[in-house]
Amino acid sequence: MGKTLFDKIWDGHIVMSKPGYPDAVYINTHFIHEVTSPQAFDGLRKRDIPVFRPGKTRATADHNVPTMDQHLPIKEALSRHQVEMLTKNTAEFGVELYGLGHPYQGIVHVIGPELGITLPGMTIVCGDSHTSTHGAFGAVAFGIGTSEVEQVLATQCILQYKPKRMKIEVNGTLKNGVLSKDIILYIISKISASGATGYFVEYAGEAIRSLSMEARMTICNMSIEMGARGGMIAPDETTFAYIKGREFAPQGEAWDKALAFWQTLYSDADAQFDVVLNFDAADIEPQITYGTNPGMGMGITQHIPALSQLDEKEVPSFKKSLDYMDLQPGAPLLGKKIDYVFIGSCTNSRIEDLRLVADFVKGKQKAEDVVVWIVPGSKQVEAQAKAEGIDKVLMEAGFQLREPGCSACLGMNEDKVPAGMYCISTSNRNFEGRQGPNARTFLASPLTAAAAAITGRVTDVRELV
Amino acid sequence: MSKIFQHLVSSAVPVPIENIDTDQIIPARFLKATTRDGFGENLFRDWRFEADNTPKADFVLNNPIYSGKILVAGKNFGCGSSREHAAWAIADYGFKVVVSSFFADIFKNNALNNFILPVQVSEDFLDKIFKAIENDPKAAIEVDLENQFIKINATGEQEKFDINPYKKTCLLNGYDDIDYLLSLRSEIETYEASRPFNF
Repeated sequence: MGKTLFDKIWDGHIVMSKPGYPDAVYINTHFIHEVTSPQAFDGLRKRDIPVFRPGKTRATADHNVPTMDQHLPIKEALSRHQVEMLTKNTAEFGVELYGLGHPYQGIVHVIGPELGITLPGMTIVCGDSHTSTHGAFGAVAFGIGTSEVEQVLATQCILQYKPKRMKIEVNGTLKNGVLSKDIILYIISKISASGATGYFVEYAGEAIRSLSMEARMTICNMSIEMGARGGMIAPDETTFAYIKGREFAPQGEAWDKALAFWQTLYSDADAQFDVVLNFDAADIEPQITYGTNPGMGMGITQHIPALSQLDEKEVPSFKKSLDYMDLQPGAPLLGKKIDYVFIGSCTNSRIEDLRLVADFVKGKQKAEDVVVWIVPGSKQVEAQAKAEGIDKVLMEAGFQLREPGCSACLGMNEDKVPAGMYCISTSNRNFEGRQGPNARTFLASPLTAAAAAITGRVTDVRELV
Repeated sequence: MSKIFQHLVSSAVPVPIENIDTDQIIPARFLKATTRDGFGENLFRDWRFEADNTPKADFVLNNPIYSGKILVAGKNFGCGSSREHAAWAIADYGFKVVVSSFFADIFKNNALNNFILPVQVSEDFLDKIFKAIENDPKAAIEVDLENQFIKINATGEQEKFDINPYKKTCLLNGYDDIDYLLSLRSEIETYEASRPFNF
């Protein structure tokens, strides 16, 4: 019987597998950042052991950095200390750091791919649940906790039980104005925020194949929002073309050898998945969430479910969620006034996202009472945006172009949406308080967010393009 | 942090809400510490306190009727961010066991790595626990790891729960994953030498 892509990579990385024990899986690339690594380095110190393979870990500062005046010392003392600890720890243990001021600095899941560090066939982990992003290259990539970060630093391995396998096929052709963000929000709304827990997902089908690498990253990024351990897409010519020539990508003979290997990375025709789901791209509208988990989403022209449409057991949590959002069951969202727009995060902050937004807003002005934050995913994205004149287009529209970081996706730095305000956000989570205490989040695509920035309301972008 | 879990009889604290994500357990703005200590005071911060830090009277952790070392929550507990700070906050507050009908994967690993036992029960049994606590906020719940059962002492109702044998051994004896992985050093080096690629 054939093997799935996931099994090929997982099985190829097993250092030790014995009954009753989780697999000891070798990790090719480990990304770390300032928030989930300090306690892991402390653990190494307590055990008096070094980082086992320092060249296989790369660090950046992203979660907790300001997105203004990054050339100045960080004002907030705790944040400054945390970023300084990363500098100290990486220096002491010999790990390469792309910290503030470095031309490669940025959101960890943006810089790995753009630097050619993320490659097909790899195992990749990071103390961040959106590590699934790297699966877009046909890697087995997943988020881990800090104790596991310490395991990887100490041994370059991680102990994991092998998840089950799920295939999600999306066939057909996407409608105009529908982006890859809409595909993944649609899937999550159909299978719920826990619909893929325990599974590793492979996305397939012609609608997925037709996407660019950046669009594929958006899909894999949000795999965790349906509970999946990770998400991946088999590498193809689109993948290889994206990687070729990047800073750390293999070159010359090494490229040829790697390419020959990468071309074997696909699920065999007779490979067995534990679950297979099928969706039709033509059914997908621009999406928006209305609740406080990413599974609470719908087509932008639809109405929030009425209580009568729900299972009785779901009602208390559903009501709590809508109370928080100050929304009514059965109501539409189109036309709802919004206060903030956030375009950024590891989900949608890459150059293609900014290009799409710039093309759309060129010559338009943001609505007067809306604050618009555009936060590029990395210094390289920022530089590219400036080289293409995107910065000018955005600023002329009244948008604020800030410096790279996770920013208002999780509101760890000062980029917080004020209490009670509505933010339409290209990020990945609409949890209570995620963007700031009592802030209210609508998740959507960069185009839907840009449309709301112009009209000041939840808008069907298809009416404006 | 106690590195051993074997057996516990305790009253329980009910949070009958589904999809409790790790941002609720510990909001991101409290992740700036560089040690594992002190996260308990911000456990469920925004459900527990107003913006001006006054306790919200209607939240269960502020209700003196409820106490104990067992947290009982609705399904899909611990979804969202991989932040281990969520497990640290739960442990630091004093919980040893979390009971739910469904756990998110990363949270489950993080809990086990901090010697907190996630006990997954059926929806029915979860309802029974919530009812038992409703009838008597001091209702004693027994959790036995060796024999893998959870019991409502007042009614005698019990259910078996699953845990993988390796993690069970770790909890019963206070072993952690790094001890085991460090013992595999020569296997790891052999594996590295066998790799056709440098990555």
